[in-house]
Amino acid sequence: MKNFKRVPVPTLTSLSDYPLGSSCKSFHITDQNSGWRVFMPVIHLDQCVSCYRCYLVCPEGAIHQNEDQKFEIDYDYCKGCGICANECKIKAISMVKEEK
Amino acid sequence: MTINKSIQLNARNITSDEYFYGHKACGGCGESLALRLALKVLGEEAYLSLPAGCMAAVSFIYPNMAFKNNAIITPFASTAAVATGVAAGLKALHKDHLSVAFAGDGGTADIGIQALSGAIDRGEKFIYICTDNEAYMNTGIQKSGLTPFGASTTTTPAGKVIRGNIKPKKNMFEIVAAHGIKYAATASVGYLEDFMNKVQKAKEADGPAYIHVFSPCPTGWGHESDQTIALAKEVVDNGLWYLAEYENGRFRLNKKPDLSNDVRPYLKGQARFRHLKDEDIENIEALRGEKWAQMLAEWQ
Repeated sequence: MKNFKRVPVPTLTSLSDYPLGSSCKSFHITDQNSGWRVFMPVIHLDQCVSCYRCYLVCPEGAIHQNEDQKFEIDYDYCKGCGICANECKIKAISMVKEEK
Repeated sequence: MTINKSIQLNARNITSDEYFYGHKACGGCGESLALRLALKVLGEEAYLSLPAGCMAAVSFIYPNMAFKNNAIITPFASTAAVATGVAAGLKALHKDHLSVAFAGDGGTADIGIQALSGAIDRGEKFIYICTDNEAYMNTGIQKSGLTPFGASTTTTPAGKVIRGNIKPKKNMFEIVAAHGIKYAATASVGYLEDFMNKVQKAKEADGPAYIHVFSPCPTGWGHESDQTIALAKEVVDNGLWYLAEYENGRFRLNKKPDLSNDVRPYLKGQARFRHLKDEDIENIEALRGEKWAQMLAEWQ
């Protein structure tokens, strides 16, 4: 399992921190998408049977297996679209209103 | 109802590495899901060409870069021309990498069609993936050549006399197949294993390959963002979209839907079809029947 919990590159403070010209390094990501969310998906690991369905259908690729083979959501990049909760056949993912 | 009898790729055996991450597509975007899974199959060594469109707009936001792969934004009309140029460059450098073009429905069926036709004609080894969300979504939902009959867009609004788009979808898959292409297929994000295996087949094809993937757009179609996969599955099950392949000069259907299925639940779940009257829905069903009669007769 690679690249899970992608950390945004440090804050751009001076001009030299910005990529020069019209090209960027691969995966040069400077901010997160977590602010887009109203409802956040929560995986109930006691019910989860690791069918990989949520991992497959996530448009962000924000769901991954961690070292303990449990599925985990990268909340920095989850947009809260709800596809994972809707596609989970055993309803082990629920959408919870997020406190901000 | 088996889709692809020799399923090799699935969620468990594709790479867990991500090649498309942190992009700014709307929540529930079907197109970004198609792109993410296609890249998982194609791997890091694919060189991407994308025209101006949603996928370019959400991934190349300076100073962000949502791709791990090499990717370039092409002029709108020349996606396939740039992709074959990249393929020729890779060949000259003796690199065994892939050139892949990703374009939306407008960039494929309207603006980019001559470049695509020329590129297939030249027979270069490259893959062209058309992510079809049935309108120009990036610029604000204008009608494209692949917008279906009855859909309301900003350039075909639903009025009292004319209710949405008056033309059916262009047969882009058959237009591409008519070039005698090595491999062409249609897919849907509702059947993701089938889509991934078609990308794998395209990767192995000895020449140009084309995949047309149906990918819902919650913003443009006006449906709930969690319904993306469900709609893309339903549209295949009720026969309004089809899963087919073109290989060795022959068409083959991957799935036969039940044509007695009601199309109303699919149509009424989307704001762009909500204005349709019973006669329009009968018209849509008649178009579906016509298309399937032709496909079942000729593609067996």
